[in-house]
Amino acid sequence: MNGIGTKAESRTDSGVWLHGVLADSSSGALSATRGISGTPVRSVTAAGLVAVVSDVPLAEYGEQALRRNLENPVWLERTVRSHHAVVHQLSRTGAVVPARLAIIYNSDERVAHGLADRHDELAAALEWITGREEWGVKAYAVPDRDVVRAPDADSASPSDASPDDAGPGAAYLRRRKAELAARQQGQQAAAAAAEEVHAALAVHAVAARRHPLQDRRLSGAATAMVLNGAYLIEREGVRRFAAEFHRLASRSWPIRLELTGPWPPYSFVDTRENPAPQREESA
Amino acid sequence: MTTPAWSDMAPATRPADYQPVALVDVLDRVLGTGVVISGDVTISIADVDLVRISLNALIASVGSLVPTPRISEAGEDTT
Repeated sequence: MNGIGTKAESRTDSGVWLHGVLADSSSGALSATRGISGTPVRSVTAAGLVAVVSDVPLAEYGEQALRRNLENPVWLERTVRSHHAVVHQLSRTGAVVPARLAIIYNSDERVAHGLADRHDELAAALEWITGREEWGVKAYAVPDRDVVRAPDADSASPSDASPDDAGPGAAYLRRRKAELAARQQGQQAAAAAAEEVHAALAVHAVAARRHPLQDRRLSGAATAMVLNGAYLIEREGVRRFAAEFHRLASRSWPIRLELTGPWPPYSFVDTRENPAPQREESA
Repeated sequence: MTTPAWSDMAPATRPADYQPVALVDVLDRVLGTGVVISGDVTISIADVDLVRISLNALIASVGSLVPTPRISEAGEDTT
């Protein structure tokens, strides 16, 4: 990826989108990779580090345009997937510190400054993720069929019945109460199972963290999410991790598990600071 | 392209390679903070500017973005 060329100086109609940072010694096959908005991916080298970038038109990615476009789900998805595709590609050939979404510089010079300014932090991050990959495990509550059926049995809670409790209204209230109690129990059981899964998986991980639970409107899942975990795994340990996942997934309990990955180590390089620039970004 | 070290793995251990990546999972990661519905997603650009993605539009369209929602277990609403 060396010598692919540098961006013309001080052009103001395009910005430089950061995909990720590699060690200088890495030799990825970037030439065929397309970046954001279809432009070829380039590299900017400084301070022993390589920033992988692509040029973006400011008419679309400048501050104001970005605000507008990020609200457009079609645009957002295309941009997110393009960025991820590059990062994913890079991560398959070596360690990469993935950049967060929408880190845009004014020029290659700014990128180089960013690399130099954050050299120690970036070098440490690269070392930390080398030979490791991220895996995701999501857990969803599974309604317990017996518990769900309970409301149909009117005699389920005879202790609640008082002499004048025989009317259909009272029966409805009893059913409703039992239903709510069952639902609450189910949620507690699922949450407890999620804790157990996370702890068991973390044993096999170099680092583990939990992302916020995904709303069902976004995940499209039929039931509530109870775990959105990310695990940084030594490459040699992936088999053990996968085996543990399958052991947990095949257990009979009130959650359903999903494994995703391998991911570039997005969730494990964001150490309070972005591996990113300072101020001058907005055009 | 170099062969990934895990390419010899059984499909069962690499299930994600056989599924499309869900947009919401990528968003969790590229936004750094995860996607939370209470309010909007906030993106900081260059540590300074804040861009809020209103998720209403995203939710409206996400049905077509999410691969294979599992309707089979839809039985009871658990929220």
